[in-house]
Amino acid sequence: MRSSGAYVAVIALLLAFAVALQVWRDRGWQPYEPATPVLWLQNADTMLRISLGFDSLIADTYWIRAVVYYGRQRLTEREDKNFDLLYPFLDFVTTLDPRFKTAYRFGAVFLSEPSPGGPGRPELAVKLLERGAERSPHEWEYLHDIGFVYFWSVGDYAQAADWYERASRIAGAPIWLKSTAAAMLVQGGDRESARTIWEHMLESADDEWLRNEARTRLAQFDALDVIDRLNIELWRYKARAGRLPQGWDELVRARVLRAVPLDPAGVAYEIDPVNENVTVSPTSPLWPMPARFKPVPR
Amino acid sequence: MRAIALVALAVYRESVRDRVPLTIAGFGVLLVCASYLISQLTAGQDLKIIKDLGLAALNILGLFIAVFIGIGLVAKEVDRRSIYTLLSKPVTREQFLAGKYLGLVMTLGVNLGAMCLTFYAVLFYQDLATPAGIRATWPAPAMDPRLMIAVVLIFGELMLVTAIALFFSSFSSPLLSMLLTLGLWIAGHFNTDLRQFEQVVDSAAAAFIARGAYYLLPNLAPFNVKAEVVHAVPVAASHVVLTLSYAAVYIAAVLLAAMAVFRKRDFK
Repeated sequence: MRSSGAYVAVIALLLAFAVALQVWRDRGWQPYEPATPVLWLQNADTMLRISLGFDSLIADTYWIRAVVYYGRQRLTEREDKNFDLLYPFLDFVTTLDPRFKTAYRFGAVFLSEPSPGGPGRPELAVKLLERGAERSPHEWEYLHDIGFVYFWSVGDYAQAADWYERASRIAGAPIWLKSTAAAMLVQGGDRESARTIWEHMLESADDEWLRNEARTRLAQFDALDVIDRLNIELWRYKARAGRLPQGWDELVRARVLRAVPLDPAGVAYEIDPVNENVTVSPTSPLWPMPARFKPVPR
Repeated sequence: MRAIALVALAVYRESVRDRVPLTIAGFGVLLVCASYLISQLTAGQDLKIIKDLGLAALNILGLFIAVFIGIGLVAKEVDRRSIYTLLSKPVTREQFLAGKYLGLVMTLGVNLGAMCLTFYAVLFYQDLATPAGIRATWPAPAMDPRLMIAVVLIFGELMLVTAIALFFSSFSSPLLSMLLTLGLWIAGHFNTDLRQFEQVVDSAAAAFIARGAYYLLPNLAPFNVKAEVVHAVPVAASHVVLTLSYAAVYIAAVLLAAMAVFRKRDFK
């Protein structure tokens, strides 16, 4: 080859060929990934020592790993899926950067998420948040989040009220924490108090992800309210017709409903012929619905 | 002074001509821009990660410039035999070393400045692209001028590392100089452990030696306030002044040591 143009052309051709080979190979091959990847360094304090002043950056790296790991495990359909590395990752992040507020707060949300969408480890979520509260005693958010874990994931309303009360005593804490603590003791875990808590979360969240989570939860409560009303119509129809309707069209034709009912995400509700009630569709972004907040029974 | 300035300018010109710092700075620019992409992978915390990555990039790339150019400053002149020509001119060996050092510090300063501008440009973009509601929840504004405290201390640390690289370069080979400089840089970040050595050993002699090493080795940990500025934790002015003063004194000592060694070096 005499000219440099010819070199460039051949190099480009070879690279294009390499890309084509990769695409071809990737169609029939996936790299092996164990259910629990290896965490080479087990001790967060050792990592802190060897970080050579880049502790904050390494914390970010582990945070990204934690988020990606959680997302991947959440989506995988493997039988042996687990979230075993989630807490070690979060431990690394918060040891390397003790002021990484989001890692404590989101980490707790991830850890307390029930199976199969999460590890269902509220006790680890509380442990993580307690560490955050210990390191930043002037931040009311950690105590609030502990109360929230007790309320939402554990269902221990007395503990939840206690933590909300503690959070309300920190200077700068919002006023609604006190009333939430009181309501928690009186009303326990009813749908209305849960809705109020999520509304406060939506107002006070300092992150878009958390705000979206709050919006989804509030939409789920709206869906539960609608399901209560739809169930009544469903059961009335069955009492009249002697059987459940075949689908929403039948109820529309019978002028029980004006249109096919859609959940707040725009997906049609489903009729469960086995349990004889209305549910949110598994294809809806609102699925799965919070297990502790069920529609009003017949 | 004129002789020192001439040598410094020559070093700066040569390093620019070598394109090494420019390549590294280009890489730094890319890294800072990549930080924006990486931050998209996280649940929130984009700004924190951009700031962390930007400051770490400034630090690491500055370290590469300080070490990889610093170790070759004297060795290159000896290899090319240009040292004879240089020393035959009205430039003392001390002036030659001081000029070399200042030239590299100038190169470092210009490169850090360029990377800093890019860093702030990325932060400016992030500020523009973020809704006001989210901006209000940031512990510090995107274009926080306090980030410069971390940058100034990084520059101080790099000036110290440059002096160390030049010291080793004045009497040993580039490879050995690199290993020794990086070794001291690592030791400098572990230095705080030496101070607490007496808490983990019973031997008074070992504790005394460790304490001595703590004061003798460069202590680089105080130069790292990256996490503090990113989380908007106040950094005391006295800490900055004392740390920079420490750097100035230590640099003077290391340069004097380099000059003492270089004065006696035989180039025959």
